[in-house]
Amino acid sequence: MIAAWFSLWGSLPGWSRILLLNLSKIVAITIPLMLSVAYLTFAERKIIGYMQARIGPNRVGPAGWLQPIADALKLLMKEIIIPTGANKALFVIAPVLSIAPALVAWAVIPFTNHLVLANVNAGLLFAMAITSMGVYGVVIAGWASNSKYAFLGSLRSAAQIVAYEIAMGFALVGVVMASGTLNLRHIVLHQQGTGFWDWYFLPLFPLFLVYFISGVAETNRLPFDVAEGESEIVAGFHVEYSGMAFAVFFLAEYANMILVSALTTVLFLGGWLPPVAVIPFTWVPPLAWFLIKVSTMLFFFIWFRATFPRYRYDQIMRLGWKVLIPITLVWIGVIGTVRFFTPWGYLFH
Amino acid sequence: MNFMPALPLIFLFGSTCAILLIGLYVGERRTSVVYVLSQVALITTVALVIRDAQAAPIVALHGMFVRDRLADLLDIAICLLVVAVFVYSRRYLSDRDMYRTEYFVLALFGVVGMMVINSAAHFLSLYLGLELMALSLYAMVAFQRDSARATEAAMKYFVLGALASGMLLYGMSMLYGVTGSLSIAKVASTISAMPPGNIVLVFGLVFVIVGLLFKIGAVPFHMWIPDVYDGAPTVVTLYIGTAPKVAALALILRLLVGGLQALSPSWREMLVIAAFLSMGVGNVVAISQTNLKRMLAYSAIAHMGFALLGLAAGGREGYADALFYLLIYSVMSLGAFGLVALLSGPGREIEYIDDLKGLSQRNPWIAFLMLLLMFAMAGVPPTAGFYAKLAVIQAAVDAHLIWLAVAAVLFSVVGAYYYLRVVKVMYFDAPEDDRPFVLPLDGKFLFGLNGLSMLLLTPWIGTIIAFCHSAIQGLP
Amino acid sequence: MTFEQIVFYFFSGVLVLAAVVVVTVRNPVKAALALVLAFFSAAGLWILLEAEFLAIVLVLVYVGAVMVLFLFVVMMLDINIAELREGFGDYLPIGGIVAALMVVEMAIILGPRRFGLAKVPVPQAHGATFSNTRMLGDLLYTTYVYPFEIAAAILLVAIIAAIALTMRRRPETKYQNPAEQVRVQRSDRLRIIRMPSEKKG
Repeated sequence: MIAAWFSLWGSLPGWSRILLLNLSKIVAITIPLMLSVAYLTFAERKIIGYMQARIGPNRVGPAGWLQPIADALKLLMKEIIIPTGANKALFVIAPVLSIAPALVAWAVIPFTNHLVLANVNAGLLFAMAITSMGVYGVVIAGWASNSKYAFLGSLRSAAQIVAYEIAMGFALVGVVMASGTLNLRHIVLHQQGTGFWDWYFLPLFPLFLVYFISGVAETNRLPFDVAEGESEIVAGFHVEYSGMAFAVFFLAEYANMILVSALTTVLFLGGWLPPVAVIPFTWVPPLAWFLIKVSTMLFFFIWFRATFPRYRYDQIMRLGWKVLIPITLVWIGVIGTVRFFTPWGYLFH
Repeated sequence: MNFMPALPLIFLFGSTCAILLIGLYVGERRTSVVYVLSQVALITTVALVIRDAQAAPIVALHGMFVRDRLADLLDIAICLLVVAVFVYSRRYLSDRDMYRTEYFVLALFGVVGMMVINSAAHFLSLYLGLELMALSLYAMVAFQRDSARATEAAMKYFVLGALASGMLLYGMSMLYGVTGSLSIAKVASTISAMPPGNIVLVFGLVFVIVGLLFKIGAVPFHMWIPDVYDGAPTVVTLYIGTAPKVAALALILRLLVGGLQALSPSWREMLVIAAFLSMGVGNVVAISQTNLKRMLAYSAIAHMGFALLGLAAGGREGYADALFYLLIYSVMSLGAFGLVALLSGPGREIEYIDDLKGLSQRNPWIAFLMLLLMFAMAGVPPTAGFYAKLAVIQAAVDAHLIWLAVAAVLFSVVGAYYYLRVVKVMYFDAPEDDRPFVLPLDGKFLFGLNGLSMLLLTPWIGTIIAFCHSAIQGLP
Repeated sequence: MTFEQIVFYFFSGVLVLAAVVVVTVRNPVKAALALVLAFFSAAGLWILLEAEFLAIVLVLVYVGAVMVLFLFVVMMLDINIAELREGFGDYLPIGGIVAALMVVEMAIILGPRRFGLAKVPVPQAHGATFSNTRMLGDLLYTTYVYPFEIAAAILLVAIIAAIALTMRRRPETKYQNPAEQVRVQRSDRLRIIRMPSEKKG
């Protein structure tokens, strides 16, 4: 049986073998990702539940473990309503535009030293460029819905994303200055040393904070969720969406959260590296370290949501333009000066 | 890398950024601090230029920047012109709630752009300098946001300016395609080594010329000039009508004379046509204008035609004469627009020629100075304007462009009509309103100098022409 | 046909098609989206030329930021295309002539006779370790540092101009300062006065 499969594989032309191999790799990344999204929603409800002295979902399956599956099934069954006066083509294409960048960016994320779909040289830039396109889904959804709330939400969200992208980009400049490369794998390898004190989050601490805060804002998560702001504009840009179309937006939001966490891990927290390079820690497989770090960052996302009240819109803009961007600029100057003009340059290496 | 040759430029840029920040901290009430600092920055820049004025050209910054006599001369001229522009515009600005840091900062950035053009040795620096200047100008034209006319003028200026930049860039890209280099010196040497008649070169040249003529506002690409001059706030017109004209000449000298000298038979023909048309259209259309700023705008077109006359004549003599003409014109234009700005008090805008009625009775000294300026513009001897016209017409005759020289003389006779009409209105018409003109002391003093210079310069005309010649010698 | 050629013709086709759509489509939002597609295809072409930095920056800057702001404006303005198109026919002849002239000119100049493969050799392909970004950075901050800084100055002027032209208090706008509204004290708004009770009539 297996021999038959191998002979079939061997008989395929070269290009199709590459195609199939890559496709299977993509599927191997996407399916676990989708599953983690599903269980991230579950984790969120549970964690917030405990933080608010509730137990959260506990009816479907043992201790509620089948809840996300049930949710997905329910959303699949629902009707997708296209509002009258909506621009049909754009209305349908918006969720796709929203989730595609969230998935494509995973192509360059190194899970371990060898486990990466595309080890490209400009990986960091690629990830930034791709994530910057996520805003189109939101903008188009808001406009195509032909609804005031949706439109307001999409405008808010687009302005917010564009503003915070600048702070995010500047924070990444610091990482690139420290590591001297745009290749995500090499960035992690540059943080290799004896332990967590070699990771970039310590020398680049302000940038780490700015990056993560911008990441929270980019994903429209609390406390920066004015784009959805239930109490003001109902649900913002996706208010007119229902059923699977809504679910895709939902998936995109959570996939983006995981992506931001993964990027934070790779850029500042040493990716797959163990916190201390001594015996018991090095036994743990690298992939596990990566996943642990990503989960920790995700926990912060959820923790923020349970803790902070929503920012007002002008406060968000002020924070982005007048606080975060100046901080990153100053720190980039500090890195450059210290590295090239003082004897303490090794700090940023 | 040697930064020293670019020190004046770097100093001005740095101090402009500093002024921007200082202006933010001193607040809107004390813009005078910004005003004084801007003047100090400009004058220090002039001092820096003079301190290490170069006899031999120095190329610096990886062949992007050249410092030679021409650059020095034009830098000094531009800085001094802008100093005068600031003096003239101070009260106008404060009367109209426009006395803000941004005005000075944008003007200074414009100067930085012009200085970049003056010493450009590379298509990139040339183009970027042009854009830096142009962007500052667009913003300044639109500075009076609540004025619909200013906004319209800014839109026209911006769209046509962008079109011209596109043309210029397109032409430059063709030249690059043929020569494989963006360095002006290299382009020049490659082209002179090539057999003549390369069609891509000719197309590139045409686009470059169109772009340049747009920028300097020569006919047939002059449509924007009257609208922009008329629509912009008077002090911005004052700025646009003086310093950028000098920079535009630098642009032509660097690009056509410095880079495309080998193609000079082709571009001289085009410039001959542009010069003829500019002198004709400018002078004839100006006759029918009742709006003073529009009249001066058409006169600017005509004067550009005269400057092109010198360039079209070709040869170092011709270029030097064109340079001389333009320097004299910029001083005349400074005076004429400066007067319009100075006389426009609070709630009073000098817009029509009739607004000057009876100026001689209300303020004989100012009227006399304006008379000098108008005579100079018309080219009446013994003013400096006469010598300037004489020089370019002489250059045209020397280049055997007799018919063009004759046309130039005829058109300047036509032009004399509308300049003298201003004099007639000032001296022979009865004033319609008796409010006195109160001029600020510094503006009055400078305007006196400005007007009298038309006469007082006469003994030193030869020196100035010699200086222009030595500036042109630096060009390859 | 090699794989590169297929990719090239695919992206070029999409690019040209998207560009045509930008000009012809009636809805301005759709035109803006088509322009995004055009940028994206152009980025694909850059990648084929091994200029990955330019490609990514094209996406990052134009697609990710410029066009978003553009869409913003287009969406908020209620543009009546029919009105904009008035007089289209009047200008068509002269516009057509100019366009035809440009096409002929470009055909003359850019034809294979002048810029064919014989004149301009195929650039040498680089290995996977070649970093286009690093090369660009080296050039930008050494040889081209002067134009690079001027470009930065241009952007600064653009910022100043934009702020100077838009930051103004218009009397007709009812501008609220939420921070001020939140900070307001009772004593700022409320005045408690003591007045004698009125006599019953």
